Amino acid sequence: MAKVVVVTSGKGGVGKTTTTAALGAALAQCGQNVVVIDFDVGLRNLDLVMGAERRVVYDFINVTQGVAKLSQALIRDKRLDRLALLPASQTRDKDALTEEGVLSVITPLRKMFDWVICDSPAGIERGATLAMRFADEAIIVTNPEVSSVRDSDRIIGILDSKTVKAERGERVAKHLLVTRYDQARAARGEMLTIEDVLDILSTPLLGIVPESQEVLRASNLGAPVTFNNPNSGPARAYFDAARRLMGEDVEMTIPADKQGLFGKLFGRRAA
Amino acid sequence: MNLFNFFKRRGGSSAPTARDRLQILLAYERSGRGPSDLLFTLREEILAVVGRHVEINPERVSVQMDRGDKVSILEVEIEVPNTVRVAPGGGRKKRAALRRA
Repeated sequence: MAKVVVVTSGKGGVGKTTTTAALGAALAQCGQNVVVIDFDVGLRNLDLVMGAERRVVYDFINVTQGVAKLSQALIRDKRLDRLALLPASQTRDKDALTEEGVLSVITPLRKMFDWVICDSPAGIERGATLAMRFADEAIIVTNPEVSSVRDSDRIIGILDSKTVKAERGERVAKHLLVTRYDQARAARGEMLTIEDVLDILSTPLLGIVPESQEVLRASNLGAPVTFNNPNSGPARAYFDAARRLMGEDVEMTIPADKQGLFGKLFGRRAA
Repeated sequence: MNLFNFFKRRGGSSAPTARDRLQILLAYERSGRGPSDLLFTLREEILAVVGRHVEINPERVSVQMDRGDKVSILEVEIEVPNTVRVAPGGGRKKRAALRRA
């Protein structure tokens, strides 16, 4: 029976889709069977970040409306056969998604996979609330920046009230993932520190993903960062986070990109 | 990582790949017909034609797609039950590959 995990944030552009692709791939690379679902109806992008944009035939809405079978709509990753994608519809609007429809897709997926990872759209509207509706666990993606932290706080409140688990009096297990973290700037007092963010949000930390050019490079190429460059800082952070999700006790670090002499001399890499 | 990859990673930039991928995707999406709509039409019409001659189970149909900049491939795989017993067990598969310039 799969665990259903929602990747959410409230604020847009903080790295939900990057995180969904990277964590999904990392879990699959660790031998788990994973499906990632794009809930951003009308503005899908998970297919693009995972390099499957040319292979979309059917989508989430087609399945909920009975036009296609679930097995026909799932796209198997060409590089990782344990990883599958259920794309969102690009031509419909968010109202096409219903609670019954989402449940009718998540129920069979729970039996087929070890992990069902729901990539939430930004905001707190229908798409976002449906993405978290059936979640067992939630990953709150936060940048060390005031508006992102504020929106994360709002989303945490919604996770504690509007999910099926919350309505049953249970709790959705929440994990905080801080992305785009720059340790040097935090040390200089130019950026909120991890401690600041944890103090404010009082949510257990799943990982710290450093700001890195490797994230843009991976999305340019259409490959999850853990697959495209497994030794990069963000990839190692996502692998650690995946192992913590699986229940392993992994020491918390901020993995940096390994720079050679060339990189150290010139300070940056071609991206 | 071998030496070749080392130089490729340093020298090769990923932005042109991103630009090419976006151009292909957006040209398709701006054409007004969403990929699902076109494929849905093609699938239904292909199924109707095949269905006129043999009985098919709509659930035993697989449709796959690979869009390229010059050519796209739509692959429709239809499982046809053996009403006339040619070989015991299993069904015949008819495959129709359609190339679109």
